[in-house]
Amino acid sequence: MCLSIPSKVIEIDENNYATVETLGVKRQVTLDLIAEPVSVGDYVLIHVGFAMEKIDTKIALESLELYRQIAEDMESGVIDEREGDMGLASLSDRLSTQKGE
Amino acid sequence: MDLINDYRNSELILALAKQIKAEAATLSRPINIMEICGGHTHSIMKFALGELVEGVVNFIHGPGCPVCIMPVSRIDEACELASMQGVIFCTLADMLRVPGSHTSLLKLRGLGHDIRALYTPLDALKIARQNPDKNVIFFAIGFETTTPMSAVIIQKALDEGVKNLYFHINHVTVPAPLRAIMADKNVNIDGFLGPSHVSVIVGSNAYKELALEFKRPIAISGFEPVDVMASVLNLIRQHKRASFEVFNEYKRAVSAQGNVKAKELVAKYMRPCTFEWRGLGEIDDSGLCLKDEYVSIDARRVFALQKEQATKEAKACICGQILRGVSKPPECALFAKACTPNSPVGACMVSSEGACAAYYKYQRRGA
Repeated sequence: MCLSIPSKVIEIDENNYATVETLGVKRQVTLDLIAEPVSVGDYVLIHVGFAMEKIDTKIALESLELYRQIAEDMESGVIDEREGDMGLASLSDRLSTQKGE
Repeated sequence: MDLINDYRNSELILALAKQIKAEAATLSRPINIMEICGGHTHSIMKFALGELVEGVVNFIHGPGCPVCIMPVSRIDEACELASMQGVIFCTLADMLRVPGSHTSLLKLRGLGHDIRALYTPLDALKIARQNPDKNVIFFAIGFETTTPMSAVIIQKALDEGVKNLYFHINHVTVPAPLRAIMADKNVNIDGFLGPSHVSVIVGSNAYKELALEFKRPIAISGFEPVDVMASVLNLIRQHKRASFEVFNEYKRAVSAQGNVKAKELVAKYMRPCTFEWRGLGEIDDSGLCLKDEYVSIDARRVFALQKEQATKEAKACICGQILRGVSKPPECALFAKACTPNSPVGACMVSSEGACAAYYKYQRRGA
């Protein structure tokens, strides 16, 4: 019931409905729960016909980059356990200024 | 970019699993991690993540499935409403099959009652507009994720002057059952995987208090396997240094404050109230109900419901213990024998998010 999947906004109409594409399937969802402006090209989380939140693709990419780094560091044996949370906290700090937290 | 497959990259999953095993090697016993949300249970079973970290991580399945925690008394209320003359009864699909004390919504539908499974709560509004001579009742279920969606429908119905749509609210909140579980002496949990989409709404700050209260780390995790593994690694690291912070692994969708607009909408129409949880019993302020000024759309009050003697669950069903994280599905005598997804005895087998259904679908060993 909660397995909401990232979907790309491809169209927005005057009634605050967006047409989104999820794994090639198009559907209509309401943007009523999102306070910030949503534009075509944005990724949103969809759940039972509602867009719940925009997905920050920049953060998504940076997290993945970090995980890849861990995988590489493990291979080369340089992984540093003192980075208590895989370095994600420092990444979060850098990004939080942009998210306005 | 691909927001789904990138987070299902098997090399990354395996690398994280290896790292988890390496770092957990110094622990004196396996770490017990409760995944609160049924969506995580599903991911863990589907991608066999438990097997990748077998021996070092023990996943305990939590109470985060809104269908599974619904008590028989509420199902009976739904059945009573759905049987009334001139009613169109709407809910989300999984609810239809949950057994009440005498019948289920699915059986009632077979008898000719107008009971509809919706893809989206928005359809309840459409059905009410199309059927002005019928009383349309929306049976609203779910945790903090879906509560704002019900609030939007309520707002739209009131704004548009739709007079024949009523709400039976069964929304619940995450912290209450966790407190009940942590108070249980039989439960031994070292850390929590925080829910993905509940957190999108409530925000990561909402868990700080719980982490301090429980003295346990919480990692808010996305649903994808890479998310889960990264979160587990964080929990192991926190566990080793005895810290109990909230780590937000799902920052791409979860902010510190959450979805403020959604929270404001909920607060406008609903207030906290007591809810009886399957397996946990009544917990004060753990559910939501409509505020008094909206009594005219509250199905529970408009259609005075018969208070029946609460009926006992099927005796052998251990759904309650499973929801408390005390037992696992294969320990139930009924599992995969008398109780299957096609003829479920307990709610944990009905819902696709229930622990029993996930075990049945992905892991029949030990059954």
